[in-house]
Amino acid sequence: MKINDVILRTVTKTIVFIILTLGIYLFFAGHHAPGGGFIGGLVLASGIVLLYLAYDIETVHKGMPFDFKKVAALGVLLATGTAIGSLFFDVPFLSQAHSYINVPIFGEMSFSTVTLFEAGVALTVVGVVVTIILSISEDE
Amino acid sequence: MSNLIVLPLIVPIITAILLVFLRENVMLQRIISLLTLSFVVLISVILLLEIQDQGVMRIDFSGWAPPFGILFVADSFAVLLVLIANIVAAICLLYAMFTIGKSYEKMYFYPFVLLMVAGVNGSFLTGDIFNLFVCFEVMLLASYALISLGGDKIQLREALKYVLINVVASWIFLVALAFLYGTVGTLNMAHISVRVMEAGADPLITTVALIFLIVFSLKAGLLLFFWLPGSYSAPPTAIAALFAALLTKVGIYALVRTFTLLFPNNTEVTHMVLGIMAGLTIIAGCMGALAGRDVRTIAAYNVLIGVGFIVAGLAIGTESALQGVTYYLMHDMVAKAMLFLAVGMMIYVTGETVIDNMSGLIRNYPFFGWLFFIVMCSLAGIPPLSGFLGKILIGQGAIEGGNFVLLGLGFLSSLIVLYSLLRIFLSSFFGETIISLEDEKPLPKRIVLPLTLLVACTIGLGIGAEWMAPYVIDAAETLYTPSIYIDAVLDGTTWQGEVNK
Repeated sequence: MKINDVILRTVTKTIVFIILTLGIYLFFAGHHAPGGGFIGGLVLASGIVLLYLAYDIETVHKGMPFDFKKVAALGVLLATGTAIGSLFFDVPFLSQAHSYINVPIFGEMSFSTVTLFEAGVALTVVGVVVTIILSISEDE
Repeated sequence: MSNLIVLPLIVPIITAILLVFLRENVMLQRIISLLTLSFVVLISVILLLEIQDQGVMRIDFSGWAPPFGILFVADSFAVLLVLIANIVAAICLLYAMFTIGKSYEKMYFYPFVLLMVAGVNGSFLTGDIFNLFVCFEVMLLASYALISLGGDKIQLREALKYVLINVVASWIFLVALAFLYGTVGTLNMAHISVRVMEAGADPLITTVALIFLIVFSLKAGLLLFFWLPGSYSAPPTAIAALFAALLTKVGIYALVRTFTLLFPNNTEVTHMVLGIMAGLTIIAGCMGALAGRDVRTIAAYNVLIGVGFIVAGLAIGTESALQGVTYYLMHDMVAKAMLFLAVGMMIYVTGETVIDNMSGLIRNYPFFGWLFFIVMCSLAGIPPLSGFLGKILIGQGAIEGGNFVLLGLGFLSSLIVLYSLLRIFLSSFFGETIISLEDEKPLPKRIVLPLTLLVACTIGLGIGAEWMAPYVIDAAETLYTPSIYIDAVLDGTTWQGEVNK
């Protein structure tokens, strides 16, 4: 029996953008307010999992041809990379740096290496969650 | 501040992640993982020398001063263990390269080993007890993967037991941490020590100490070892050797740290319990080693005897006993890796695991036979091999402390170790040769090489004991006098004031 999933697919098409936007918002909000790489990553991953639920693995894979194990590895590499970067500047391990840079249109903005670290965390979470869900779904 | 201290943790993690991207290129994976472990060995030698110059060193992560931030502390005890652990891990890895097969190597075998080593190094070096929990988890997660890699039926059965036991133990660890934080209000190990000293022999703190004792006993295989013989005989030889050499030792290290630095007050209770558990472990281990007919079982029960003996040294707790503990911990890592590799090679050449089905191996493989003889002598603690000095020092401590029961048990256990291995030697290596020359399975030099290297290590540790002495004495002194450690972590004057208040 073929399940009629027109409603799910139609809703998913719009909802996914909202979820992904929320994920990215949470990621950046985490700099000074509740949020951050872990939560942002979880929300991003939930958006991707929703895509997998509404469509099938092949279709989604055509749109996002990543090996999510490698995405997770890349995330860890990014996070540990920024941590170990402090060793080259002769400051304690895991030290972070930040500064204010004038950007056209947006004005003065704060840039910090914590964001890179958090991006690593987010990528790791996305990679691990999607890998877990995919390997459970393969297990039939 | 010295960023060197963090390298034994972070370098294996980063290379492990890099190896994930090199999954198909097995040769490159082998070279990189060996280079990484050698690099860590080099770093720990440098650290060891620097500690002799400057005393106990520490690194505050991203500059947060203790007790507020997380930090790594390098004292001689921790760095000696990191050094030996990485040498042994590198040699086991060498054995794995030649025996374990492409299917393992492509299923992220090397990244998992490196992550496990990173967890082990982190556990040795951390100065924050919650961070110790995290490093334990890094190590355990990698070991879960390693024990179930391959997916044999028996492996999955044992892996399930192993995972369940460790998850429960980790949960108790978390509960104990919560109790500890609720009682003393800090997680920095040096700061806990100060607060506990202020509180004196408080019953609440003793209770927390005993919960930690249960947790670390589960991990170290001290009395609560029911999971150990099964789990350590399921995975392939190289992995079993790594487990036997490293994992229980981390548990013992945690016990030593906990009961020398954190809870030194109520020793009548805690050290008595430790002593009883150590004695029972030795007895049970001996019974298992005598009763076993399977070489892997005998080897696994020998691990337990070692654990019991080291913890007996901790329970005695005099300075010379602690020197003995340091020597014996180093010896035990090498010795258990040797034993498991030797046993694995016996199974490799005969295809049998029961000692009665093997006979006369020494005629087919004379070099391997004599290597096994040295392994046996080393485990029994015959001079000039590495086990001797540790046993003497622990024995000396026991006489000083008047613990004659533990003394007797400890030295009787050496005889039983010798007997259990002599039984393997007599029935499997001596006796009538069963394997004819045509059926003889070749034992290539490259497979014998790792065992030879380990034998060289045990001889080196035994003969070079004099050369190691300054480091070991320094390690035992730091363990025996916690104030050295505390002074290095907290600002000396502040904490003295806090105690006097």
